[in-house]
Amino acid sequence: MDYFLELFLGGLTRGSIYALIALGYTMVYGIIELINFAHGEIYMIGAFTALIVAGVLTLMGWNEIAILVIASIVAVIYSSAYGFTIEKIAYKPIRKAPRLSALISAIGMSMFLQNYVLLAQTSDFLPFPSLIPQFEFLEPYAHIIRPSELVIYTVTASVMVALTIMIKFTSIGKAMRATSQDKTMAALVGIDVDRVISVTFIVGSATAAIGGVLIASHIGQINFYIGFIAGIKAFVAAVLGGIGSIPGAVLGALVLGWTESFFTGYVSSDYEDVFAFVFLVFILIFRPAGILGRSEAEKV
Amino acid sequence: MAAAHNFGKDVLEVRSLSMDFGGLRALDKLDLSVRQGEIVALIGPNGAGKTTFFNCITGLHAPTEGEMLIHPPNQGKTQRLNGLKPNRVTERGLARTFQNIRLFPNMTVLENVMIGRHCRMSAGIPGAIFRPRSTREEENQVVDDSYAMLEKIGIEQFVNELAMNLPYGAQRRLEIARAMATDPFILLLDEPAAGMNPQETRRLDELILRLREQEKISILLIEHDMKMVMSLSDRIYVVDYGKKIAEGSPEEIKRNPAVIKAYLGEEIDA
Repeated sequence: MDYFLELFLGGLTRGSIYALIALGYTMVYGIIELINFAHGEIYMIGAFTALIVAGVLTLMGWNEIAILVIASIVAVIYSSAYGFTIEKIAYKPIRKAPRLSALISAIGMSMFLQNYVLLAQTSDFLPFPSLIPQFEFLEPYAHIIRPSELVIYTVTASVMVALTIMIKFTSIGKAMRATSQDKTMAALVGIDVDRVISVTFIVGSATAAIGGVLIASHIGQINFYIGFIAGIKAFVAAVLGGIGSIPGAVLGALVLGWTESFFTGYVSSDYEDVFAFVFLVFILIFRPAGILGRSEAEKV
Repeated sequence: MAAAHNFGKDVLEVRSLSMDFGGLRALDKLDLSVRQGEIVALIGPNGAGKTTFFNCITGLHAPTEGEMLIHPPNQGKTQRLNGLKPNRVTERGLARTFQNIRLFPNMTVLENVMIGRHCRMSAGIPGAIFRPRSTREEENQVVDDSYAMLEKIGIEQFVNELAMNLPYGAQRRLEIARAMATDPFILLLDEPAAGMNPQETRRLDELILRLREQEKISILLIEHDMKMVMSLSDRIYVVDYGKKIAEGSPEEIKRNPAVIKAYLGEEIDA
């Protein structure tokens, strides 16, 4: 039973991180129907930024929690700036071009960022300090759950709630929904569509950066390539849930996280990624629009 | 009656507007003006360029040549519309509806109107995210204004329904409510009566006249329902193949031989 619980919680951890990244994919897709393949790189840049900030602050002798908070904030700001800039440089100029052009531009951006970090930093795995403090009340359960996992669940849940409130109730949230439903009409009722798109990239990048910081301090090492795998997995999660749908992205991420966790736990850990993608193939055969996706007959 | 009105000065002035799509000239040196408080109709056969004209004014198309000027009735400073993005045009006081309904289907009726209202809010994105008291008060004001607008248009009973679940006539009226929420001084209506039955059309006539009186706006409309056009309009422009072929009061238009030839031809029995 403990083993099952451990796998369950491990799956929840993976799922939470996938969800934080998948949100960016699904929001961007919802608004401009683009698969932003550079999104995984934003997550990687978030982790690297946090590593650098944490390194500096540790040398200055700050305490762990302060380092974690400041490193996260800097990572969020830095990654958001990247997200904003990527959209302006790589997508905005070709927004009216066929969708394939934007997709190619996204892949190019992804490669550029990976190699840029590779050259600017290193190709080796770098140790990431464990910034998350030990909670005493968790000690009896130490064999099942680690403190970093608890932090991941809490932060992910808070981000989801905040995002839901933002999208449902604030003016910018309404503008985002309106823009995703009809861009022309949104502009004609006075919405600055370019600004809404920028905000979407910023918010998506911020959640990815949070995911990057959390997973880096959970696993304890990062390199320039982590964004690629995590990005692909999060993309799978978004498609699984129904791309464009925010609850769908979270659900897809959790389903993927648990699937991977149970499969590696009970069957074989060598085929973890194989299983994830086989699962994707089956979902797409039986529910092409994803778990929560609507098959859009209305949109011509 | 139309003649009883004393119209103000021009609020919209379009000079020699042309629009080419590749080799096709959709608009050909069109001149048009709308005065304050006036209801102007733009009529013509299908494909005459009427909707293209709306698209140019509202910033969806960039016209090939010509000038589009607004003279806002209150502050009175003349502004050019050429080269403005659609949302900037809306901010300057022009609002429009579409021939086919283009609501935000998955949002409630109230939200649809609030979206229109938001462009008059001063709070930016930081305000929307951190929500200080001033923003929340402004948001409440937006809700109140939007509900008031629904009452004015007469669809307040649907306030929390999804827009896509409304009956057709109510959807049409919601489009007008959303456009009015942006607080325009000119309302552009593209075939507002399309698909309506005679009774709904009559109620729409009343609504348009009431909006003009209460909101002190001018209205420019494209419409194929001749009965509506003739009873509602103060002035009519007739276009064909992108050219203006006639302009005048409904009485003048009815008698104009060029119009009869181009447009009403088959309807008139000698």
